Amino acid sequence: MKSTQTPSAPAQSFAPDAWRIEVVRRAGIDDPAAGPALTALCDAGIRGVERLGTVRGYLLPASLSREAVDRAVREVLCDPVLDEARVVAPKVAPAQKLGVQRVLVARKAGVMDPVALTIGRALTRTGIVRGDDHGGPFTATFRGFELETGRSPIDARLLAMAAGRGLANEVIEDVLVDDERLRFGPPPPSPRHQLVRVPLCEADEQRLAEISREGHLSLSLAEMRAIQAHYRTALREPTACELETIAQTWSEHCKHKTFTGIVDFDGEVIDNLLKRTIKAATLELDRPWCVSVFHDNAGIVEFDQGFDVAIKVETHNHPSALDPYGGAGTGVGGVVRDILGVGLGARPIANTDAFFVGPLDLPAGDLPKGTMHPTRILSGVVAGVRDYGNRMGIPTVSGGVWSHPGYVANPLVFAGTIGILPRWAATKSVAPGDLVVVVGGRTGRDGIHGATFSSAELHEESEVVSSAAVQIGDAIEEKRVLDGLLVARDERLYRAVTDCGAGGLSSAVGEMSAECGAEVDLETVPLKYPGLRPEEIWISEAQERMVLAVPPTSIERLRAVFEAEDVEATVIGRFTATGRLVLRYHGETVGDLDLEFLHEGTPRPVRKATWSPPRHVEPGAPAARDHESVLLRLLAMPDVASKEWILRQYDHEVQGRSVLKPLVGVRMDGPGDAAVLQPLPSSQKGIALSCGASPRFGELDPGAMAEAVIDEALRNVVAVGGDPDRTAILDNFSWGNCEKPDRLGALVLASRGCYRAAMAYGTPFVSGKDSLNNEYRVGDRSIAIPPTLLVTALSICPDVARSTSMDLKRAGSRLYLLGLTRPEMGGSHYLALGGHSGGTPPRPDLSVAPRLFRALHRAIQAGVVLSAHDLAEGGLATAAAEMAFAGDLGCRLRLAQVPCAELPTGFDPDATRLYSESCSRFLVEVGGGRAAEFEAFLAGLPWAHVGDVDATRRLAIEGVRGGLVLDTHVDSLRSAHTNGFHTSGYSA
Amino acid sequence: MRALELAGARVELVHLRRVLAEPSRLEDVELVVFPGGFSYGDDVAAGRIFGLELRHGILRELCEFVDRGGHVLGICNGFQVLVESGLFERETGAAVLPERQIALHQNASNRFECRWITLRAERCAATWLEPGMLLPCPSAHGEGRFVVRDEAVLRRLQQKGQIALRYARADGTVATDYPDNPNGSVQAIAGICDPTGRVLGLMPHPERNVDPWHHPHWTRLAAGGARTEGEGLPFYRRLVAAAAGAPAGRRPTANAT
Repeated sequence: MKSTQTPSAPAQSFAPDAWRIEVVRRAGIDDPAAGPALTALCDAGIRGVERLGTVRGYLLPASLSREAVDRAVREVLCDPVLDEARVVAPKVAPAQKLGVQRVLVARKAGVMDPVALTIGRALTRTGIVRGDDHGGPFTATFRGFELETGRSPIDARLLAMAAGRGLANEVIEDVLVDDERLRFGPPPPSPRHQLVRVPLCEADEQRLAEISREGHLSLSLAEMRAIQAHYRTALREPTACELETIAQTWSEHCKHKTFTGIVDFDGEVIDNLLKRTIKAATLELDRPWCVSVFHDNAGIVEFDQGFDVAIKVETHNHPSALDPYGGAGTGVGGVVRDILGVGLGARPIANTDAFFVGPLDLPAGDLPKGTMHPTRILSGVVAGVRDYGNRMGIPTVSGGVWSHPGYVANPLVFAGTIGILPRWAATKSVAPGDLVVVVGGRTGRDGIHGATFSSAELHEESEVVSSAAVQIGDAIEEKRVLDGLLVARDERLYRAVTDCGAGGLSSAVGEMSAECGAEVDLETVPLKYPGLRPEEIWISEAQERMVLAVPPTSIERLRAVFEAEDVEATVIGRFTATGRLVLRYHGETVGDLDLEFLHEGTPRPVRKATWSPPRHVEPGAPAARDHESVLLRLLAMPDVASKEWILRQYDHEVQGRSVLKPLVGVRMDGPGDAAVLQPLPSSQKGIALSCGASPRFGELDPGAMAEAVIDEALRNVVAVGGDPDRTAILDNFSWGNCEKPDRLGALVLASRGCYRAAMAYGTPFVSGKDSLNNEYRVGDRSIAIPPTLLVTALSICPDVARSTSMDLKRAGSRLYLLGLTRPEMGGSHYLALGGHSGGTPPRPDLSVAPRLFRALHRAIQAGVVLSAHDLAEGGLATAAAEMAFAGDLGCRLRLAQVPCAELPTGFDPDATRLYSESCSRFLVEVGGGRAAEFEAFLAGLPWAHVGDVDATRRLAIEGVRGGLVLDTHVDSLRSAHTNGFHTSGYSA
Repeated sequence: MRALELAGARVELVHLRRVLAEPSRLEDVELVVFPGGFSYGDDVAAGRIFGLELRHGILRELCEFVDRGGHVLGICNGFQVLVESGLFERETGAAVLPERQIALHQNASNRFECRWITLRAERCAATWLEPGMLLPCPSAHGEGRFVVRDEAVLRRLQQKGQIALRYARADGTVATDYPDNPNGSVQAIAGICDPTGRVLGLMPHPERNVDPWHHPHWTRLAAGGARTEGEGLPFYRRLVAAAAGAPAGRRPTANAT
């Protein structure tokens, strides 16, 4: 980067050796992208820009003729109505305009550029350039920003810094200010080398630790010792490929060593926490409709008419911390591939996503070094989910946003997908002799060490050292893979499939061959550019790839099926019966691993766990002076506020299966409890989808939190019409470093909570995933996130026509409150608003809640319920407010009627009833004429008729001592809720 | 595809590459539909590359298909593709396309948005549309703002009856403001047709309002669970009837992706 030179000096001699095409909007055509770019620079402290114009830049090979370039511009790059193009010859810098400063943002070498790939293909297809059908010529894209700064140019270094923060992501992109030295060409090849053996057998402990660290293997000393012992017996040193394969396979990300290891919990030995809690519940419940649980890429449950639904939720935390857009996008891509890779492949019908970020109003000065501001992270992950999900044609229908100071340096991104598949496709098996076939995108140096990286702590330098771990997605490639795969599945052209996720081919082939064996010729793997080492090919996490086991007789037809979708299908080896995984590169054996050692050889150290509850003064429930002010502020908190600005960016209608949308009500601004879909047009059965999480409860009592979030996820599906007895749940744990006994102790408590709740509600876990190293190191301090458990619920709705939305329907109907309110203010948003901490968090009464859920379900199925909403963040007050503005009606509630436990001193009776977040409660609207019928369903359960719906368009609440404590117009409530997010560009 | 079947058509899903390899397939059908999606990821611009492949591959066959009475529908990305192809601006029977004067620009909001809007059918060359008919359905796009090179283009479109659908408020008046006009289209234009009326394109998705519970208010509407179909189905029924009445070819309806 140049320092402070005059902005008009061109850097002639360094301009790229490529045709440069810069496309800008014509005069008179507005440029919607310019405003946000200018705002981003302003936010980063830049002043004095009079006007900003955006440039879309393309680099085409210098070997093209001028005529070919002109055709490319006319036919591909430039819109005749909207755009004009500037074409600059190779090695020439574009003419500079006086008073204009240029910021160029270009991808770093080797970073995936899907648009460039598309252009390359289009140029070949249309005959503008001759070339092979898949590759096309090498092209590149860049973005430009032209700033009119007049006579006082901005210091180039300052501008570069601001652009680096506001316009680019420097993990994957370079920023050039008044500097035309764009790079062009594929990345330089890795240095070639002979077969590498790692001298391990004679290494001492210090050396073993060094090898693990220097190779970014993330293997513990005990694991290095186990590997050493194995190779000492084999009388040879491991090859680089072998060591990389072991590191990937044994990573926490792939192996879940903590959850399946041995835990010493304050003296009590727990052998395999997962098996003793979460899996134990599934096993003991033994629901006949669980088709495939825990062993495949996703859980599968029975649906209807010979079809099943598959569901999986993944975390993608560390990549999203570095590159929110790319990380979240590839998070979606990855979980969609899990659904494509479950059984013989399912058709994705919905996505879900949940984000946990730091406070959105965090002062810039409080941001730890090396981290991005929470607003930037949130808008980046939303855009990433949007672009990947929308492009794949999968509706994003469910999710949530939680904000907490604990996520500033370590945000969490969860992405989930639901698929549908015929029963015959639910199982798979590899046969020796089958070909190993890779389909989809080509392999590059992207995402090397993703699995080991995601198992390590983030630190200040993470942005620098881990950029190679970032992957860039190409959604449309995955869409093509999807289309081809489902045709091939239905023609039964393969016997097994799995996705290339963390660990790339090493994990995919390693897993598929676990029961038999495989040989792979690494030079046959199609590459994006030459010069990859064999171990790079083997562990690359390049996206959009799947591995199939194909009988040799089917290979020709399989190739043709994928070719029709424009997807490469390449034989890279075959499955054997040797029990060994053999890797060759141009005929030389670069790896020969014993599969039993690879999969079963991980040492199981005993980890210490302990728990002592945090000490707090019981804050009770302080009285509120102004309930209206409290309620309006609650409605604006990020956990509660309208997510409309996010949801509108997702295509939640594509595929035409929606029954209840994420936003409901008269103006479609009511936050629905759960989305309902109709997966098969021929069946009136539906599925309801929702989630629950509460880091605020988790900090106080991880066990209670686990029970409470399961209760929340179930409340949501039951409220819309889901059958509690046909509900499956998923667990996603994101935790701190479980090498530390207090973090692991919290995990033990939460897992046991999961077991208790799953058993009580009769809801089996069908899939799950954990991410157990969410800590951030600043100096010598390590900060852990709050214990975070996201529970996703998938429920069968017996009849979509009975689906119930949360908006109030008609004046004159009755409002019932189901469930008992208790003095459980710990972790409530009311206390957070008042700056209080501590207290007792809610915990469901597991002897009552399941009965209450079933009773409400029966009432909904009987058609008695007009609307229903669960009580969650913000308690009764926010639930009533949301129902009122969503229905554009009013209601009057009497707090004295609220079923409430006895309150100790210090719990204000109005505040507790209004804001307690006690579990297992619903506000339900029932037409006056059907009150008796409804009440009959509730025999023996806590309930009360607490108010009535009216046409006043006001929410009026009588306190326990009589007299109104709140009387607010629905427009005020709506507006507080809608405008809660400051980050929204257009939601207001 | 389902909407077309519900509307009485026989439908076959055909990949563009197969049509390019075998353009004669157009001889067997009466209606060609370019559905929504993100062809080629909308890289460079929405519909650009697909439109390019149409122009290079089967434009002549497609023009002949229209000239002998065939119908073409483009929804969302399909509309973007048709605009890119130049089909709307072709004079009937002409073999050469004039330079493009219309475009679908980025939404004024600068982002993809999914929301329900109301379409109003205009009096236009596509006579199968009932003028004044109101049709609520979702729109979901990032590049759907209809723009023209200049006022003269707008006048010409009006004269030739090419303005087929506008965004409307719930009461049927033309939407002037966001979000009723979701993308800032000039004159709230949501869809246009060619001068014959047989080529129609629109940004919103009537096919996502065919089931009784697609409408966002179905739980509030008087009929509630007793609704029998969505308002988008009549749109497809009329289209299929119009296409079937035309002497373009034989029975089935093809649906290219």
